[in-house]
Amino acid sequence: MASILLVDDSASMREMVSFTLKGVGHEVNEAEDGVEALEFAKTTSVDLVVTDVNMPNMDGITLTAELRKLDSYKFIPILILTTETGSVRKEQGKVAGATGWIEKPFDPDNLLGTINRVL
Amino acid sequence: MVSEINIDLSQFHDVFFEECSEGMEILESGLLNLTSESDPEVINTIFRAAHSIKGGGGTFGFSEISDFTHGMETILDEMRNGKLAVTPEAVELLLAALDCLRHMVQCSKDKKPIDQALVTELRERLDAFISDSAEPVSENVTTNISADNSEKHEDVTIWNIAFYPRENMFYTGNDPFRLIRELQCLGDLEVTVNYEHLPDFSVMDAQNCYLGWDMVLKGNVSLGQITEIFEWVEDDCDLDIVQKNEVAEKETEAVEVITRAKDEPRSGRRRADKSGLSNQESTSIRVGINKVDGLVNLVGELVITQSILSRVCNDLGMDKNEKLNECLDQLERNTRDLQEQTMGIRMLPIDFAFQRLPRIVHDLSLSLGKKVELKFSGETTELDKTVLEKIGDPLMHLVRNALDHGIETPDMRVAEGKSEKGLISINAYHQGGNIIIEISDDGAGLNTEKIINKAREKGLVDKNEELTEAQIQNLIFSPGFSTAAMISDVSGRGVGMDVVRRNMNDLGGTVEVTSQAGKGSLFIIRLPLTVAILEGQMVSVADQVYIIPLLSIVESLQVNEKEINAVANEAELYPYRDEYISVIRLREVFNVISDDEDRVGLLVVIDIGGRRIGLYVDDVVGQQQVVIKSLEQNYQQVDGIAGATVLGDGAVALIIDVLGLVQASRK
Repeated sequence: MASILLVDDSASMREMVSFTLKGVGHEVNEAEDGVEALEFAKTTSVDLVVTDVNMPNMDGITLTAELRKLDSYKFIPILILTTETGSVRKEQGKVAGATGWIEKPFDPDNLLGTINRVL
Repeated sequence: MVSEINIDLSQFHDVFFEECSEGMEILESGLLNLTSESDPEVINTIFRAAHSIKGGGGTFGFSEISDFTHGMETILDEMRNGKLAVTPEAVELLLAALDCLRHMVQCSKDKKPIDQALVTELRERLDAFISDSAEPVSENVTTNISADNSEKHEDVTIWNIAFYPRENMFYTGNDPFRLIRELQCLGDLEVTVNYEHLPDFSVMDAQNCYLGWDMVLKGNVSLGQITEIFEWVEDDCDLDIVQKNEVAEKETEAVEVITRAKDEPRSGRRRADKSGLSNQESTSIRVGINKVDGLVNLVGELVITQSILSRVCNDLGMDKNEKLNECLDQLERNTRDLQEQTMGIRMLPIDFAFQRLPRIVHDLSLSLGKKVELKFSGETTELDKTVLEKIGDPLMHLVRNALDHGIETPDMRVAEGKSEKGLISINAYHQGGNIIIEISDDGAGLNTEKIINKAREKGLVDKNEELTEAQIQNLIFSPGFSTAAMISDVSGRGVGMDVVRRNMNDLGGTVEVTSQAGKGSLFIIRLPLTVAILEGQMVSVADQVYIIPLLSIVESLQVNEKEINAVANEAELYPYRDEYISVIRLREVFNVISDDEDRVGLLVVIDIGGRRIGLYVDDVVGQQQVVIKSLEQNYQQVDGIAGATVLGDGAVALIIDVLGLVQASRK
């Protein structure tokens, strides 16, 4: 099973995603904004990063770009949680180095299906 | 493939609703501060709050909330991007929408139907606003491939897929291997690797991708299913997907989708947000309030047991045993610390109670045509959650009152040489075991003449009774008192100043007012930090011990029975300092009789909103911190009694509700 870094400022989102991932046996590390996630990433490597976009202190796009600068996160899949179906946000994510995205709203099955694509 | 799992999303609803409330508070305070000159971070913060509510609503099955918030979010996004100006009209609309959203969240929480008329009205207003103000955003429509999804492909189709990633593919975390694995899940896959672009070993970068793949996929597969797999890499590869019709084998009829990588400018990176609203959740946990209350209750019991234990040991003469004594001291210290820490769990900063005020002031000053500034200080002062929840309404009423009756219209203010804009300030601080909240305004002040006339007219004050300025001012807290001017659309909502005082009294606190004509008024609220513990003065009445909240006591003095004068209507008065105060004999009120009727007692002078009253008791016994037990829960409500406590010797003592007692004795 994989270890996953989950970044979202919304506690309910974190709880839901984390519950779902743990339910199938993944190990989940939570962070509530980009700054906290980046601090974590500097010392620990994971198999997958799932991050929200709109967060205080450091948003998900910036976080993605920052993570890609770290050696241990160069090739790690980074998925962005986004409500914006428009392509602008996705393109920003891609430019920053994101692997892909998960569109909100999603249900637990959606989430696991998407995550399995990169694990 | 995906393992089907069944997760009940309703388990996350409580957290979601709580988050909604927090988000709506942020929205509200943000919107109230929002002007065209605001820092971009203000609007970013507001936007994020709306965005989170929308996202959560969609995920947790509240699509109405999600859809509605989307409208608000769209406006905020346009403002954020500078496409839409921040105007007072826009802010007003968003505030109105916020009210509607609050209604929707509350209804969803209570599982009640939502007022659809309200929702529809605001949605229309939001939509109209967007289409009026902003140019329609030309949505960047890409080739809509997913439309093919709906078409049924009953037959087995054969797809030729040429997949040639760009060299930097790995740097996005994508891996051709995984994509091919996904394709395999759709049907039979034949894969041929193309080494053509593999460079010479000496110049090869092992972290780049040089390979390409030509694949043939057979199965009941739609184009949409294939493009979905390549969705994330379509800009990072050359991809040809061509359908071969197996039956006709006509390649010319193939549907062709070619996506070529574009060179994107490396822009669009957003600077890291600097938000003042840093969330401190990582260092805290959410615990049900019933658990905390259970803990508080248990600790209360422990405190009582500890004091009984000390007493018992004293009575047994065990205090001579040094070791035991040490342990008892230790136990007492630990119990006290434990109690303090436990009470601390329930403490919250007072700004929770302030949050609603800016909005009220905003709305009210608009409708009254007054200009006013609201200032807070001491927002971080902590107090018990229960107390906090109960001061919201009284605070709101006092602020409304200050704005409605205190602050004058701009014209009047200018005429009186004041600045056009009035000032209402709220200050909170700790003093001893209490919290003091001061609400002051620089308005017209109280009209004492009007108040005394009204009070006489209503029979609240005797014709001949002479009152000090302070006493007259505090008459506004009397039940049944309201000057004609007071019944207005704003303040006269059935909540009078007497209710404010009643609320404060229920919490074991007091409220009083001082005012200076033309200069303004100052309301001072004093409250205990917690409702679970009380600093009490024990007094004896016959053989019983009663407890009077220390907060309300001015002083206790020995009196000469002869100085207490009965007047015509049986009320007894005592000359205290330069006034006459009425005397209430606790023996009579509580109907306890003993035979030593003519012994000399003590008069405990208490203060109720500036008014002094003497409680006649047998003796004062001592001061003690007592744990309040509800009488209502264990017995029934009794007029004049606020609760009960268990004393160190195991006896039950009643805690006197000072205001209730005075009212009860009048009847």
